[in-house]
Amino acid sequence: MQRERKRRPVREPGRTPAQALVFAALGDETRLTLIARLARGQSESIAHLTRGSRLTRQAVTKHLRVLQRAGLVRSVRAGRESHFELDPRPLKEMEEYLSFVSREWDKSLERLKAFVEK
Amino acid sequence: MDDQIIKSIELKAPPARVWRALTDWREFGEWFHVKLEGPFAVGQVSRGHITHPGFEHVVWEALIEKMESERLFSYTWAQIEFHDKERYSPDYSQAPRTLVEFHLEKTASGTLLTVTESGFASVPAGWRERAQRGNEGGWAQQMKNIEGYLAERA
Repeated sequence: MQRERKRRPVREPGRTPAQALVFAALGDETRLTLIARLARGQSESIAHLTRGSRLTRQAVTKHLRVLQRAGLVRSVRAGRESHFELDPRPLKEMEEYLSFVSREWDKSLERLKAFVEK
Repeated sequence: MDDQIIKSIELKAPPARVWRALTDWREFGEWFHVKLEGPFAVGQVSRGHITHPGFEHVVWEALIEKMESERLFSYTWAQIEFHDKERYSPDYSQAPRTLVEFHLEKTASGTLLTVTESGFASVPAGWRERAQRGNEGGWAQQMKNIEGYLAERA
């Protein structure tokens, strides 16, 4: 029962999407490649992102939608086209949280070390 | 990016000693800073109040998963949304949980302990921010605790 609860993605309306969506979105090589392309800081059109990849335009669009739902990319208008750009906030936030938990473990383990070595 | 944290530490104590510090509820409580209500048992929930100054109202709650003597100790535990006294709630029925695993390995000089905490994907972003904020007071205190320990050992 606990496990089931653990896996359930939690999404609260009006808030930043649950981390589960971010991790799920990142768990795919194609999407990571798209992120890497967008990480250069420029917004790109679907046509441009499709070029130089082995994917169809439909496939790229589908992957961009997944990234968009996770809040990792957003679409912006560029003339008559729609472009996509990276939103680094969910990534930064997660990184900060993991480093926060990591520091807490450092402290606990330091205490454990002092405890067993005394 | 991984949704887990892995930490390794070399301890100058035999696995038997480390195992006791991890799985004896009183010893665990001493270095983890939690006053547990009773012994750990596989499949059972373990509870106790945090003993950090300022955080005594917070309840630590874990479900013990595995106890393989001198090898592996693991539990899942509830993530806490608010640490501050005003908004804190001890109802963890809806709380996301992470899995903590302690792996022990005998080495020439003692024990290599590896801690893995995984499952952060289930923690909503809003919670993470609030949990960090609520803990700021705790950090300063933690630093003092460490300094105290280090001074004792010097």
